[in-house]
Amino acid sequence: MLSNELNDLYKDVILDHYKNPRNSELLEDPLYKARGYNPFCGDEINLQINVDNNQVIQEVGFQGHGCAISQATASLMTESIKGKSINEALEIREEFRKMMQGENINLELLQDLEILEGVRNFPVRIKCSLLSWSTLEDSVS
Amino acid sequence: MIDIANIKQDFPILKKQVNNSNLIYLDNAATTQKPHQVIQSIVESYEVYNSNVHRGVHTTSMEATERYEIARDKVAKFINAKSSEEIIFVRNTTEALNLIAYSWGLNNTNSGDNIVVSELEHHSNLVPWQFVSQRTKAELKLIPTTSQGTLDLSTLDELITNNTKLVSIVHVSNLTGTINPVEKIIKKAQSVGSLVCIDAAQSVPHMPVDVQKLNCDFLAFSGHKMLAPPGIGILYAKTAVLEKLEPFLRGGEMVKEVTYSNATWNDIPTKFEAGTPNFIDPVGLGVAIDYLSDIGMENVRQHEKDLITYALDKLIEIPGLEIIGPTDPEIRGGVATFSLNDIHPHDIGTFLDQRGIAIRTGHHCGMPYHTKLGLSATARASFYIYNDYNDIDKLIDGINEVIEFFK
Repeated sequence: MLSNELNDLYKDVILDHYKNPRNSELLEDPLYKARGYNPFCGDEINLQINVDNNQVIQEVGFQGHGCAISQATASLMTESIKGKSINEALEIREEFRKMMQGENINLELLQDLEILEGVRNFPVRIKCSLLSWSTLEDSVS
Repeated sequence: MIDIANIKQDFPILKKQVNNSNLIYLDNAATTQKPHQVIQSIVESYEVYNSNVHRGVHTTSMEATERYEIARDKVAKFINAKSSEEIIFVRNTTEALNLIAYSWGLNNTNSGDNIVVSELEHHSNLVPWQFVSQRTKAELKLIPTTSQGTLDLSTLDELITNNTKLVSIVHVSNLTGTINPVEKIIKKAQSVGSLVCIDAAQSVPHMPVDVQKLNCDFLAFSGHKMLAPPGIGILYAKTAVLEKLEPFLRGGEMVKEVTYSNATWNDIPTKFEAGTPNFIDPVGLGVAIDYLSDIGMENVRQHEKDLITYALDKLIEIPGLEIIGPTDPEIRGGVATFSLNDIHPHDIGTFLDQRGIAIRTGHHCGMPYHTKLGLSATARASFYIYNDYNDIDKLIDGINEVIEFFK
């Protein structure tokens, strides 16, 4: 039997994104790219983004390795930012950070990412979930 | 034979519930738990004997000083030092190794010299020597490892030369559990006139260690990995070496005579204990040493050998599990490091924690060795006197559940 906390952490959707990551192909000629690395646990995310003339994200790809939480978050993040402008993507990042810190959140912005709320109950794992978002910020700045 | 049931009773924390399960503490290579005897001695130090040491003429200061120095005597006897003067109280192994690096390394190595360590070193016995090497231009050389996680001794003649000034080697690896044949390495080093330092953080707590038999020049270990509080570490060094060594920290207590322009140094070991020392935790270390001595260090080693034998037998049977380090319990301490196909150690650690099982996950302060293995992180269960076969059974059950879950 799994505890409720563990079930919340490793929801089926999260495990599915971990095992079958979306947007897991790197781009040929990315405009924005960054490598996120967490030396504490070795989690790594290579993120690449292409935007159109209006700074709307058209293509996004990532590859990485690490724990289920870090890789599933990266996969879910790529889905959530596709079709959004860079600024909108950064707004989602801020909202995600708020969710991890237990602050009031705007679910309309987060949408599917709400599934990762359970990570909050595991303080040492929050950084696993924030890695792809800091990589996103690095890539566009 | 160790009476584990009785020993468990001495450790209050082992009654703790973690996530509705009894705590099964398998992170002993990181730090060990404390028996109530040690905890009580700390309480007593504060409630009855709290006073600065080596200064006061009043009763409580003299009592505190006596307790502090008795603790030093116990440490000296425990590792069979020739005299208590050879025992310097520091914070931990890292500080002891830094003391050697600063006081000896910066003053005694030059371009053309070399310092030899190994690929199995904890960051604390690597980074200080990188610093010395960068400052003095002495070359830093590495004894390589075999695929079994042991040191490749065939390289010793090539690495340890007439220009070698120091060989600093980990006794028991916190990464692989490997018990290194330090006797051989020490003999080789001394044949070329080099000093030898032993990082004994994972050996002194777990097996008999005799510094006179080893004949090493320096040896360092930490109290918190052997039932004592976390504020006390030990640097052992031969008297002749200490006499010639420059002080590390300068200030009160470590001086003999001070003028406005100059100072002379106190005798050893005080020369290396500047300022008010931590005079509480050494007392706890003394009580920890009494506790371990009552069990007997031969028995501690035998118990851990039994546990690692049992654990390795069970772990090897798990499909997709890779043991890191040697599988021969004769040359392995109570450290079971492993990786699982496709399951990150942090997921294993979080999962086991939900069953009250505490293990370490990450690179265990051995990043370069993990890089060499092509791994970013591993999982590590490490044992001590209060662990038993039942703890290992729970660990194995937990690992099997993790595998099932992530399948």
